[in-house]
Amino acid sequence: MTVTADGPLPSTPYDVAIVGAGVVGCAIARELARHPRLRIALVEAQDDVGQGTSKANTAILHTGFDAAPGTLEARLVREGYARLGAYAAETGIPVERVGALLVAWDEEQLAALPRLAEKAERNAYPDTALLGPAELYAREPHLGPGALGALHIPGESIICPWTTTLAYATQAVRAGADLHLNTAVRAATWADGHRLTTSRGTLRARHLVNAAGLHADTLDRALGHEDFTVTPRRGQLLVHDKFARPLVRHILLPVPTALGKGVLVAPTVYGNVLLGPTAEDLDDKRATGSTAEGLAALRDQGRRILPALLDEEVTAVYAGLRAATGQEDYRITAHPGQAYVTVGGIRSTGLTASLAIAAHVAGLLAGTGLDLGPVREPEPVAMPNLGEAFPRPYQRPDLIAADPEYGTLVCHCERVSRGEIRDALAGPIPPRTLAGLRRRTRAGAGRCQGFYCGAAVRELFERGARP
Amino acid sequence: MTAPRRVDVLVVGAGPAGLAAAARLAAAGAGRVEVLEREAEPGGVPRHCMHGGFGTWIRPLTGPAYARRLTEAAERAGATVRTRVTALDWAPTGPVLTTVGPGGPETVEARAVVLATGARERPRTARLVPGTRPAGVCTTGELQQAVHLFGQHIGTRAVVVGAADVGYAAAGTVRAAGARVVALVTEHPRAQTGRARAQAARLGHGIPLLTDTTVTELLGHGRLSGVRVRHRDGRTAVLPCDTVVFTGDFVPDQELARRGGLTLDPGTRGPAVGATPHTSRPGVFAAGNVLHAVEPAAAAAREGVRAAGAVLDFLAGAPWPDPGVPVTVEAPLRWIAPNRVTPAGPPARYVLRTEITLPRPTLYVHQGARLLHRERRGTALPDRTLTLTARWHDRVDPDGGEVRVSTG
Repeated sequence: MTVTADGPLPSTPYDVAIVGAGVVGCAIARELARHPRLRIALVEAQDDVGQGTSKANTAILHTGFDAAPGTLEARLVREGYARLGAYAAETGIPVERVGALLVAWDEEQLAALPRLAEKAERNAYPDTALLGPAELYAREPHLGPGALGALHIPGESIICPWTTTLAYATQAVRAGADLHLNTAVRAATWADGHRLTTSRGTLRARHLVNAAGLHADTLDRALGHEDFTVTPRRGQLLVHDKFARPLVRHILLPVPTALGKGVLVAPTVYGNVLLGPTAEDLDDKRATGSTAEGLAALRDQGRRILPALLDEEVTAVYAGLRAATGQEDYRITAHPGQAYVTVGGIRSTGLTASLAIAAHVAGLLAGTGLDLGPVREPEPVAMPNLGEAFPRPYQRPDLIAADPEYGTLVCHCERVSRGEIRDALAGPIPPRTLAGLRRRTRAGAGRCQGFYCGAAVRELFERGARP
Repeated sequence: MTAPRRVDVLVVGAGPAGLAAAARLAAAGAGRVEVLEREAEPGGVPRHCMHGGFGTWIRPLTGPAYARRLTEAAERAGATVRTRVTALDWAPTGPVLTTVGPGGPETVEARAVVLATGARERPRTARLVPGTRPAGVCTTGELQQAVHLFGQHIGTRAVVVGAADVGYAAAGTVRAAGARVVALVTEHPRAQTGRARAQAARLGHGIPLLTDTTVTELLGHGRLSGVRVRHRDGRTAVLPCDTVVFTGDFVPDQELARRGGLTLDPGTRGPAVGATPHTSRPGVFAAGNVLHAVEPAAAAAREGVRAAGAVLDFLAGAPWPDPGVPVTVEAPLRWIAPNRVTPAGPPARYVLRTEITLPRPTLYVHQGARLLHRERRGTALPDRTLTLTARWHDRVDPDGGEVRVSTG
């Protein structure tokens, strides 16, 4: 079990190096780690897994009802939805099957709903239903006035994207994969084997998987491929106080029209309500800041969809960059001559599709000459539950009786115990920053943003959570 | 749910209001008085206010010393203070709370509950300050705990947002931690503190005060690298810093009140109360800064004592009073507390807040078109206490609808 964040990298070549420890890279590492003969390196520029688009998205487990029919994305989202749903159940990743409503606010949107239902059928998702305004408002009594109808997609679900990524990485590392953090790939060459020049020295591998997300085009070019360009598309999102959660029961999706996609209002598994995202095409791959204009525009749209939402406090604002490539499909390509697979253009559906992408990529790697060898299914992992629909440690008398640290709350807004913080710090992929600890436990993620607990949580992080 | 444990009075929150209420209740023989405190130590916010200004005029104390004295007084009187126990929620009816602590979950049934959950500052997210999400962004509460309770390193250059007393306290904490205060930034045209304090900071410690200025963006990846500010006249600048402290903008910690379905006042956002601390839920009282964010610790403690008096009357059989007529404010006033009035009730001292500076304002009290009262006050500053007397209570018509307080 190896996780490194500094020092030199191992000098012996790996069988496979995966660049990028986002949700897709981690899923691929986990898939390959099922083959115990393979030596696998998961290489990440940042100090934690899931630090790019994987941590800043809308946290939805998609059915794929609105994918472009016949595309690779449509197939992998459909397969990934089933796979991840099952994986989440056995791993303890919180998922809530709340369903989605595509809400029509004008005649044009209303007219588009039957076409969307038909598209869903072509994507092998026939369970949609058209709702009139009476049924829509019965389902969503806090919806703003003026909605004309909706298309119900019962399978759309909400999920914890962070736990998903960490579960994959944990399983991969436990099964023997090496995770190298703080390892930015600066150059890549291939000559009968891959040679990556990184911020921590050289790393060699026989096969290479490019799961570099926003930077997948740069790595692809280094290996001589000009297939696509990633244009970061920024999505700003507002997270509202848990008091907003009773205001909404479904994921409220906009109806895509010629004028744009609009914004969604969605509950989160943590019990908050999301509003967003914006869609801004940028050229800066580090522009993960929010803007006054973006937030004002979101609030204007949110006011129409769910007026009471605006009365609740905003507890977090974040912005993620999606890897747009100008094509309505993934860009997954095998280059057998180079023992190289590009996994590019993984758009907002990547979380849902991750396990299916990983299986697909393993197949492509075999096609580039990789001998996968025998399969040994990895040990299942049990992830700490961050979801409000399932018992949290402070709600479990059995757990507290066995260990009072689970009854000692440190973060009061999110009700995070000392026991959970201690466990996260002692985990196989421990957090390297307070933000990393927050993603693993939710400590400090609540409405007070550390007014009460910030210093105490930092104390546990810096000096250990011993009683 | 576990079988309920019974106490006579359950006080939620061991800050000045809760501890003072518990001390008075226990001393008066209210029976079993228990204070629940979710933190490891009792005392509330004064625990981490190293500066003076607590205690009495004759015998001034630092915050931590004051917190200890309040705790000792409550315990000496016979109250039980239970730390690291969180009140989670209410049982469906009555003054019954579910709790959790290292000893596990409990249900505590009380004859009366006093909510003294205090107040906190609104953080950067609630203020919708755009930009990146770097480390080095905090509130005064977090800063004071980091420095005074844990001795943590807080960075080297800090911008303090807000120039009310709490902003100056934050600046003092930054300096005590060995860091430099780059500037105090306030959207208001002047500091909302005493002239002496403002001058001591500006001239004595060389801390610039940027008035009419807002923070428009946080910069930096990983760690904060600066804040972008904009002056009212349109000029912008970047202040390089690795720490930014958002001070003031207090709100009641009203989670438990809201979970219990208590009527909240839209102005204060705390439980709605009249001259007495009865909330809309029979058996549940409220005291301290959960009612008005925020007044000084001594005011909260006095309110705790008064609340104890009302609790004792209730335990002796006094009926739960009618909710009374709402008292509201008009802009630029932000809120008033108490915010219900019963003509027959005891007199109250009202506290208010204004959005903008009001030079020697006159406060008008109307019910419908009827002027009940007018009162001239000294110059009122944002985030500073503005008061109003209750000399108009006997003129309130209980069926006359809401009472409005305005500046003209």
